[in-house]
Amino acid sequence: MPFLFYLCALIALLAAWQVIRGVNAMHALLYLIVVLLAIALMFFMLGAPFAAALEVIIYAGAIMVLMVFVIMMLNQGDSAVGQERAWRAGRIWRGPALLCAVLLAQLGYLLLPAVVSADAAAVDAVAVGRALYGPYLLLVELASMLLLAALVGAWHLTRVLKHRPGEEV
Amino acid sequence: MTAWLGWIPALPLFSSLVLLLVGGRLGQRLVTLLGVGSVLGSALLSGLLIADFLAEGAAVTTRQLPWLSSMGLEVAFGLYFDGLSAVMLGVITGVGLLIHLYSAAYMAGDEGYARFFGYLNLFVGAMLLLVLADDFLLLYLGWEGVGLCSFLLIGFWYREPANGYAARKAFVVTRVGDIALAVALLIMIQQFGTLHIQTVIERAQLQWLGSDWSFWVALLLLGGAVGKSAQLPLQTWLPDAMAGPTPVSALIHAATMVTAGVYLIARTQGIFLLAPRIMELVALVGALTLFLAACSALVQHDLKRVLAYSTISQIGYMFFALGAGAFSAAIFHLMTHAFFKALLFLAAGQVILSLHHEQDLRRMGGLLRRLPFSALCFAIGCAALAALPLTSGFYSKDAILLQAYGLHGGSLAWWLALAGAAVTALYSLRLFLKLFFGEAVTEPSPDMRPTLVVPLALLCLLALFGALIPQPLGAVFAPLAATEVPAAVHGAILIMPWLGLVTGVLLWRYGRGFRQRWSDSALARSWRAGWGFDALYDGLLVQPLLLLARLNRKDLADRPVQFVAWLSARGHAWLSVTQNGRLRRYAAGIALGAVLVLTVVTL
Amino acid sequence: MESQGLLIPIEHGLLFAAALFCIGLAGVLTRRNLLFMLMSLELMLNAAAFVFVLAGAVHGNADGQVMFILILTLAAAEVALALALVVQLYRRRRSLDIDSLDGMRG
Repeated sequence: MPFLFYLCALIALLAAWQVIRGVNAMHALLYLIVVLLAIALMFFMLGAPFAAALEVIIYAGAIMVLMVFVIMMLNQGDSAVGQERAWRAGRIWRGPALLCAVLLAQLGYLLLPAVVSADAAAVDAVAVGRALYGPYLLLVELASMLLLAALVGAWHLTRVLKHRPGEEV
Repeated sequence: MTAWLGWIPALPLFSSLVLLLVGGRLGQRLVTLLGVGSVLGSALLSGLLIADFLAEGAAVTTRQLPWLSSMGLEVAFGLYFDGLSAVMLGVITGVGLLIHLYSAAYMAGDEGYARFFGYLNLFVGAMLLLVLADDFLLLYLGWEGVGLCSFLLIGFWYREPANGYAARKAFVVTRVGDIALAVALLIMIQQFGTLHIQTVIERAQLQWLGSDWSFWVALLLLGGAVGKSAQLPLQTWLPDAMAGPTPVSALIHAATMVTAGVYLIARTQGIFLLAPRIMELVALVGALTLFLAACSALVQHDLKRVLAYSTISQIGYMFFALGAGAFSAAIFHLMTHAFFKALLFLAAGQVILSLHHEQDLRRMGGLLRRLPFSALCFAIGCAALAALPLTSGFYSKDAILLQAYGLHGGSLAWWLALAGAAVTALYSLRLFLKLFFGEAVTEPSPDMRPTLVVPLALLCLLALFGALIPQPLGAVFAPLAATEVPAAVHGAILIMPWLGLVTGVLLWRYGRGFRQRWSDSALARSWRAGWGFDALYDGLLVQPLLLLARLNRKDLADRPVQFVAWLSARGHAWLSVTQNGRLRRYAAGIALGAVLVLTVVTL
Repeated sequence: MESQGLLIPIEHGLLFAAALFCIGLAGVLTRRNLLFMLMSLELMLNAAAFVFVLAGAVHGNADGQVMFILILTLAAAEVALALALVVQLYRRRRSLDIDSLDGMRG
């Protein structure tokens, strides 16, 4: 079982690498879905089947489909791939990469001596549901408000505005 | 009845508050209703109070509301109503009401209509506070209030830079006098620990007998009065103040505000009487002013400037009377002058309106048949101004010259005042002839709206018969000792205006060449420029001050302030480099910050 | 595998999350295309969510998964808004170049 876990981690990291290196948005999105599925599997192995299910259904399912829609709607075509390639070229990535490497090193240095504490049982959907609609009820309400705000905001942002003369387009 | 006293200043003040805050959103009709209605209310209340006062005849004080209490100084809001206040109240609300009525027509359609009435009401309220104040501090509040309104209204058409300049000039010049007044108040606080007018005067008469304090305080009070009333040496602002709308000139710069100085001296006569030398100075200032201003009025080309100089001159008569000790004659002249000068200004406003805002006398003439009503108003006003018999001005000026002669005999000041009477008649005649005779230059379009005509007609009546209005001043001023005035002197006083008139007619008829040459002479030009006082002050005060300011422009004290400004400007320049609008740079900044924090934690 | 206990040392899980996070961060910093930046952001959010679930597993309670659900909500809201912005950006500039949006430079 640990072997499967490490395999999933490796797949997730490699797929993530492909996401940030990709030139075709659709391919990058497919790699992202691979990352999400791998993480869902890891959730399952960590004893969180409900989270794993949500990761697959909502994240890989709903949210990613939304992104697919947008990519297809924009329909950038091959010229976009060329442009991505042009942008990726050069040495501009070195600074950020170094920064991220340093950050990773620091995190590793800080996290590796962590103490392993308890071994715990799996937490099933019933327990999560009890927690959600028990002590975290307010949080659920807040989350619903957040979603409502996002709904209104997205509707507002995508309205086609009439451009006034003189306004930058 | 006295319970209503407080409402007299409160009504216009409240109305001005409303007009200045929300006036722009009210319709013109509502603004008129508020602006004129509040003054009408004040006038009605004043009328009732004055009638009450004439029947009973006792000075009243309203309840004192505490205002300030500081280090032993107690100041209270309180109003005091006696004969002097009654006269002032009648003049302010009566003439003020007529001018408000006139303004409603004169200013109709102006975009600042509500603002105009707001300022006008504020002015009336402040002036009423001034004359009703029981306390020097409240008086000072009203004093500064009318100064502020004068500033606001001179610069009413503020888009014209010249108007703003005139407003600033009026404000700064009167400020000189106001500081003198403020110092006088401080001396009173230091000496008596109170600013209650009656108490101060009572104590002054007990404590200051023979001390120098009365001299200095009277001098400072005179300084304040001189500034507000446009007398020598602070008279230069009034001719320029004509930049404001004509009703404002009539209300503020002729009928009421400029008489505040006269009121102040009359109110504090107890202090002035302790300082005989200052009384002489007051008389001399008045006489000099009246003569110099009359000469200036003789040669002005601008219709309103003639009236402005004539105002200075007439207030000079009042000061002369005050200095001579003829207080009731001064207040009498104040009242009649308010009537006929308001009449003249409003009639001038009508002429100016008919001539499409033409103010230059050289481009007027021959208006007698075209503007008969204005001609009638001017005839009555000029006659009263020239003190022709049977007009109100005749009685008041006669009283001044007679009483002054009776008190002091023929001093230099008296002879100046006597000569001034002739010059006054001469320039009144000149004004009238220039306007209504000779060749017509500009074609008028008569404007006879009833709101323009009714106030003028009422003021005509007042200018003719205003002298019959009783003046309940017996309790305020000590009665004068009856003295014999030689018949020759009385005759001279009577003959003087006629002398001026006859000279004027002769010059008009036969002296065309002489008039031409005289108008271009150096003396006439200097008179036209107000005897060169403006140039004198400019050279003596303004330029040196500007020079000093230029020299002192970069002094040491500025350095730290400038350094702070420089530092923040540089800091802004540095920091704005980071504001490059690149989202990824910002994200990198956040990541770098995280790395740094983690580094600190790690080490 | 119920009640079997944690199958790996917790620090390995944390290290995985850190690596995923740093890869996401590198993506945000290096990509100019707004869509790729969004995907990288998703990576970072997932790394954070993974830590929550991991902690929940360590302590054996539901709090971690509750937090994960919250992050899921957050991600949904964020994606909705961000995609709206992407559409708007593309409509106005005919490109998804984030560096063209530097109108707020000081």
